[in-house]
Amino acid sequence: MPDTLLRIKGLEKSFEGTKVLKGISLDVGSGEFVTLLGPSGCGKTTTLRIIAGLTEPDAGTVELAGKEITNLPPEKRNVNTVFQNYALFPHMNVEKNIAYGLKLQGADRMTRRRRVSEMLQLVRLEGYEKRMPSQLSGGQRQRVAIARAVVLGPSLLLLDEPLGALDLKLRQQMQTELKEIQKTLGIAFVYITHDQEEALNMSDRIAVMREGRLEQVGTPEAVYEHPATPFVASFIGQTNFLKCRVGAVEGNALTLHHGDVRFPARRDVLSAREGDEVLLCLRAERVKISPIRQGECCVEGTLAALRYAGGSMRASVLLADGQQIAVQCPSMAAVTVQPGQKAYLCWNAEEAAVVREDDHATA
Amino acid sequence: MQRRKRKAGPVLLMLPMAAWTVLFVGAALAYILILSFCQRAPDGFGVVYRFTLENYAKLANPIYEQVLWKSLALAFQTTLLCLLIGYPFGYMMARAKKGWRGALLLLVVVPFWTNALVRIYGWQILLMNDGPVNKALIALGLAKHPLKLLNTYGAVLLGMVYGLLPFMILSVYSAVERMDWALVEAGRDMGARPWQVFCTVTLPLTAQGVMAGVVLTFVPSMALFFISDLLGGGNYMLVGNLVYNQLLKARDWPFAAAISVALMALTSLILWAYRRMGGKAGNFVMF
Repeated sequence: MPDTLLRIKGLEKSFEGTKVLKGISLDVGSGEFVTLLGPSGCGKTTTLRIIAGLTEPDAGTVELAGKEITNLPPEKRNVNTVFQNYALFPHMNVEKNIAYGLKLQGADRMTRRRRVSEMLQLVRLEGYEKRMPSQLSGGQRQRVAIARAVVLGPSLLLLDEPLGALDLKLRQQMQTELKEIQKTLGIAFVYITHDQEEALNMSDRIAVMREGRLEQVGTPEAVYEHPATPFVASFIGQTNFLKCRVGAVEGNALTLHHGDVRFPARRDVLSAREGDEVLLCLRAERVKISPIRQGECCVEGTLAALRYAGGSMRASVLLADGQQIAVQCPSMAAVTVQPGQKAYLCWNAEEAAVVREDDHATA
Repeated sequence: MQRRKRKAGPVLLMLPMAAWTVLFVGAALAYILILSFCQRAPDGFGVVYRFTLENYAKLANPIYEQVLWKSLALAFQTTLLCLLIGYPFGYMMARAKKGWRGALLLLVVVPFWTNALVRIYGWQILLMNDGPVNKALIALGLAKHPLKLLNTYGAVLLGMVYGLLPFMILSVYSAVERMDWALVEAGRDMGARPWQVFCTVTLPLTAQGVMAGVVLTFVPSMALFFISDLLGGGNYMLVGNLVYNQLLKARDWPFAAAISVALMALTSLILWAYRRMGGKAGNFVMF
């Protein structure tokens, strides 16, 4: 990781007696794209507001480039924010919106003009200087908001669900553009979203949040392939949990028992001992349906339903104990079993994570 | 060709209100307008319906002109004071926590539950020579003798501000309350200090509410007459008093009507100016 730009330590915050943040600590490197991912109400916006200086933490510190800024007002931080609903000044045109911060800094007319047109070029809105925010589409407002937030050259940009209000197509396009802008400017992004796909697409690292705590911080691959908790496994991607008991521990592998069936698994939970209860995470797209056993990792069931879903097929397999396993198959041809028939669910031991069950029920 | 069917329902539903407006507003105004061009009956009672411009000519009299200027000055001072007190109050109210907000709102609205005239009589008692205010001042050692509070210009101004302040507060309140607070945060985020955000974002975006409050205080303060009567002891003749006196004491109805028409014209002029400014308030940038 590059040198640390932002370091937050032990952030806590309560609103009217409800603890929203229960100790958040996170480092962000310069030029890094870190996403705070979590369901609504998990405290991600509060964390962002504390970094921006718009909310005061009850406990904990915020450091930027080695300097503590916990008690600095927002206007004295070298941090800018793209607000959720853009928060463009409705009484100023695009040019004035973007030049707002420059004007406060005392930049002269020529400099302002030049910087505004540079920013508009960056977000591909050349020629929109004189438009009022009310005359822009959602996507255009989004671009102005980004231009306004980066014009002051912050070392860190905070983005609060910036694409939340856009439709799917535009959102995907903006994801690419945002990532490009981040690379061009070389500044760090702390990005908030509840959209796991967005997080996986854009981030260098993802910090998964739940109920005021960080559940796991890691690269998209780490978070997806090696979820640390059932929550992370279920929040990112579609995951089935198979309740298993640890049979044996050998080197980097475990032998798991699911009823009478036994199969090898990764030793993700280092502390796992024989007899422990664990959950095997079966990703819907990493499980195959087969009329016969294939490989070592298989459980038997009945194909309960098969549904066409555009780019893929969705299947549901009923296990002997009554659990339904959701499966995503690449195409109709990949499923050679008819609904109602016996089917084997097979997977690659390397592709299924093992997690310990926690107190919270998971999907 | 228009294919849309005419619907009688909505039109019928609007009839009662239209009738009410025509009868009690339109007809009344028309009558006043006609009256203002008529002559006073020679015996002093009633009106002779013969055209004349004499009533308007009378308005040019310096005495009446002075009344107009005095009224304008008082209305201006009233509005300014209402603005200076009402803006911070309304702003605070809109930004207060929910529980407080309700309590403050109640405090502003409660006076309306009592007749305005009764409340002004209340002020009369408070400001009397041996009234509670003077008693308190003497008890606190701030005054040796009772001060003359009642029947002064200050008392009239106080009564006007007291009576009209709620309109300003509520106008500002609703404007600030409607404002998207994220805009203020965005301003701070981009390096503006609190007062800079106030000047560049909050004030321009609440300007329309302020203008509404200005109209709601300025226009009535031109016409209110009982406050200056009750708290000024009849020493301060305003346009409202003039109409009242001409109508009920001098019984010169045509002249009273002419003054009213002039007052309405002036008020309309102010409203028109407001509209022109209000239309531009959205683009109104302080810097």
